[in-house]
Order: sequence, then structure tokens, then C-alpha cells
Amino acid sequence: MELELGGRIGPVDVEYETYGTLSPRKDNVVFVAHALSGDAHVAGWDEETERNGRAWRKRKPGWWDAIVGPGKAIDTHRYFVICPNVLGSCYGTTGPSSTDPATGKPYGLAFPMVTVGDWVKLHARLLDALGVARVAAVVGGSLGGQQALEMALAFPDRVERAVVLAAAARLSTQGLAFNAVGRYCILNDPNFRGGDYYGPDSGPDTGLAAARMLAHITYLSDEGMHEKFGRRLQSAGEQRAGFGIEFAVESYLDYQGRAFVERFDANSYLYITRAMDYYDAAATWGGGSLIEACRRVRARALVVTFDSDWLYTPGDCKDLALALARTGVGVTFANIPSRFGHDSFLVETQKVGRLLRGFLTH
Amino acid sequence: MTQPRADQNLVSDRGLAHLPEGLFEQRAAEIAALMRARKARVVPEGTGARWQEEIISREIPAGASVLDLGCGDGFLLERLMRERDVRGQGVEIDPEQVLSCADRGVPVIQADLGTGIGWCPDKAFDVVVLEETLQTLQNPREMLDEMLRVGRRGIVSFPNFAHYRVVVDLAARSRMPVTERLPFYWYESANIHLLTLRDLLDWASSSGVRIVSGYALVDGVPRELRADDDLVAEEVLVVVERG
Repeated sequence: MELELGGRIGPVDVEYETYGTLSPRKDNVVFVAHALSGDAHVAGWDEETERNGRAWRKRKPGWWDAIVGPGKAIDTHRYFVICPNVLGSCYGTTGPSSTDPATGKPYGLAFPMVTVGDWVKLHARLLDALGVARVAAVVGGSLGGQQALEMALAFPDRVERAVVLAAAARLSTQGLAFNAVGRYCILNDPNFRGGDYYGPDSGPDTGLAAARMLAHITYLSDEGMHEKFGRRLQSAGEQRAGFGIEFAVESYLDYQGRAFVERFDANSYLYITRAMDYYDAAATWGGGSLIEACRRVRARALVVTFDSDWLYTPGDCKDLALALARTGVGVTFANIPSRFGHDSFLVETQKVGRLLRGFLTH
Repeated sequence: MTQPRADQNLVSDRGLAHLPEGLFEQRAAEIAALMRARKARVVPEGTGARWQEEIISREIPAGASVLDLGCGDGFLLERLMRERDVRGQGVEIDPEQVLSCADRGVPVIQADLGTGIGWCPDKAFDVVVLEETLQTLQNPREMLDEMLRVGRRGIVSFPNFAHYRVVVDLAARSRMPVTERLPFYWYESANIHLLTLRDLLDWASSSGVRIVSGYALVDGVPRELRADDDLVAEEVLVVVERG
């Protein structure tokens, strides 16, 4: 496959999951796009963790289990749900940890730079392979929301409805800055070794954990963290005046960092955050104008933001919704009051579910 | 936007002296007559509820594009989309109402009309509706202009503050009127820019706006607007066009 920023890659594997039954007319597809650290395992419990080595899935069902399933907002009795892992992922779709056919070793940093545009082109080819000409809806949150937008822009005739949750047409400067620090942690971990760490020695676990801890802060809100942890000490005893884990919030972040290292590849983190940085719908499709870009869209759109999200702010999400509204196809924009920050799209399942249900059934 | 009225001397005692001889007495007599004539009249409860929507759905051509500013729970747009095959878009500030719109499948943008509708291109809609919204806005004049910028036609409905019951309530009780159509105390009312039928007609004639058709709710019954409805129209609905 040709890549947006130059070069080619092949062969490419795509790991994807499906739920529900494809209708004879193949008109009931809901395409779900995962976010930065997500995967194709959207809902339910993975019964193959022993075989696929993804032991962490024993702890939790899929990342959007509250939304996708029989009788749920994305009702698998009615819809055929498809969710693939993105190019560059570490979950089965070809990525930096896959074997480079040129060398017989993992790609590492020899993996080419990939973009959200590349992902969506690859997803379109997956749809081709499944015989699906047009999706009833493409749905995603955060980086997944940008994939939904990109599919509506790149393949206007293949998308009937687009749902963009907690995402804007591009990442803010502050967002770019956070991603830069995350990558700095990984790139400067002594175990990173230029990305060639797939041998028996340990990889850049500390760097990846630090990147995740930092990113996790941006997914929450100050108010939400205050409510959940406050200044509570981790151990009921008194303060120890050391540099260990003193506060509850430190323990939480430490856990998030460790759990992430167990399930994610540092190189994938580099490539996927870069794709997130590069994504700019206005630049790609509108010569810098989001309004121009959105003229391409034929899909009806649902854009949802959350008032405490400071990664993709309500203002940026609204700009996208209003640019889409100019096309006259009918746009719903909702700003849901929530204290869960950027993570709200995963947490506010009742309201998000209600919006999705109404949008999909009309 | 704080231009003083040209006829501001009317509000001073000196100005009152300039009222045509007997005009006030004549008006007072008309109001007293209306009170007597209507005292015994029984208006069935609930009459006139959502009367505007009956008329709006008749006024809007099938297949039209409609922007409903302050669309609430989306009831009107859903009906227009279902019955008149309208392409609808709502704007609503209240997140709960936005969810109700979504339940109905009505496209709605959660936004404060106070921030304007600058995002909407010129003449993007066949009809723009301001149903019982105008008097709640911070900037009603701008919104009226915007309505006719983005729409070929506008439909505006509002409670008429010159209705005789309102006038009597104010004159007799010396308090801000609380009536069936204006059921709020001054400190909790969303109606911050109350207007009368005559005010709306003044705006139209001074802004080069033509009244295409008009309706009034009189004694709970909607009918076509008449020249002398100032005191009897509880609510007014007008269809307007530029030029």
C-alpha cells in the first residue's frame, strides 16, 4: 500500500473484530474506530487470551462494552459492528513490532510513518474485502473520532452517518506538546536502543509508563481527579516524607503506567501519537479551511463534546460541528456536562448511548 | 444598540400632555368593554397550546429546509420532518432538551443564540423559525436581522405585551403582569425583551421587512391577524420576508 507521507508498505495484515450479523443487503454496518491506546476488542470478553497472549483482557471486557452489544446503544441484534486495529498498532495489524519482510526482523523504527489518512484508506480496503460499499455509520472517540471524520471526508459516498466523540479536526498546540513529552520519555529511555528492543532484554518500559502517566492526566479533569483522589494518602498511616508513592493519585498513575507497559508497544506509541499530531482535516481537505474541507462531507453528523475535556476542547469540537452544519446535511452537536474530562466519551455511557441510539435509528 | 427612542418625551409628564385629547380615555373604555365582554367567556383549558405549530406546519412548503432557533425538545421539527418532508436543523441551549431532540432524530446544535448564528451561510434555509424565543434573547434585533440573512422567510411568534389582560394587570396591580401566557414573576422570567404586536410591526416597517401573513391567538383560538388586534391578541405569529 502507498502511504500518504511517501513510501510503501506490504504485505499488511489487519486484525479486526466483528459483532452481530451482516444483513443480506450489507447495509447495517457500524464501523467503530478505536482511540490511541484502544484495540479492535470493542465489547465482550475475549475467550482466546491463552492463545493470543493478551492476558490483560481477562480483567475487563472490551473498551466500549457499555455501548456495543445486544440491546445496547449500538445494538448488535440490528447492526453488524466492525472494528479493526490501526496500521502501526501492536494488536495484530501490521506495526513496528511486526516482522519486516526485508530483514526478517521486527520493523522497529524502520516502520514507515503512517497517518490517519492511511488508516482510513486501509479500513476502506477492509470494507471492500467484506463486500461493504457503504457504512450506516462510522463511530469513534478521540483519535477514533478523527478516523470517523476522515472517513466521511475521504470517502463521502461510503458514509451515511459519522459520529465524532471528544475529537476535533486537529490536535491543539497543548496536545502536541503533551505528545512530545510522552515521546521524549520513550526515546530517552536507555532501553529504547533506537527502537530495536524486541530481543530478550527489557524494552523502554519506564519511558512508556511515564508517557502513559502523563497522557492519563490529560484524559481526566482537575475536578474529576480532586473528587476521586483529593489529597488522600495512599497508606492510611502518616506521611513518610520520601519519594515513594505517597498520595492516592500517585498510586493510580503508577498502576496506569504499569498496566499499559504490559499491553502496549513503545514504538506503536510513537507512531500512533505522531499520526495524531499530523492529523489536520482542514489542511488536508480544505487548503487550511475547515469550512472548505467539510463541503466534501455527505454524511449526517453527530459531534459530541464534554465540558471538562481539555485535550479536545468543547470550542474546537464545536468549530468542527459548525463547519459540518454549513453543508446543510443536518448536524447534531451536544456538549455534555461531565467531570470525567476527555475520558467522558468512555465513561458517560448513558448520555452518549442515548445520543447514539437516537442518531442511528433515524 | 442603546439608541434612545425618538418619541421618548412620551414617557415624561410633559410628553403625556402631548397625547391626543381623549386617547387614553378611549383606550381605557375599550379595555373596560373587553373586560366586561370576556368576563363570562369560558375558555376551555389547554386551548391554544402549541397553536403556532399547527400554523407553522401549514405555512411551510413540503420539502423546505427549516432552521428552528430555540427548538426546545424538537417537537416542531420532528413533526415538520415527518409530515412535510422538511430538512430540519435545530439550535438549542439546554443540554437536556438537546438529548430529547436526539431521541426524536432531530438534528440539533447545542449553542447559545446570544453568540449568534454567524456560522450559518446566507440564505441557507427556506424558513427560519423563532417560536416564542425572540423575547428571551439578549440581542433580539440582531437575531431578527440574522434570521432574514440565513433564511428566505422568517416565522416569529411571541406573547403580545399589549394584550388587555397584561395592560390591566399592570395598571390595576402596579406589578409586572403575571398572566396565563406570561406565567412568571419578573425575577424568574426568561422573557427579558417583552414586546407588543405594534412593536413588531414598527420593526418590520422600519427595517424594510414585509409581513407575508399574520395570525393571532384570541381567547385561546388562533385566527388571521387583523388591523385592530393590539389589545386582544394574546400571542402573535407573523411570517416575514425582506423587501
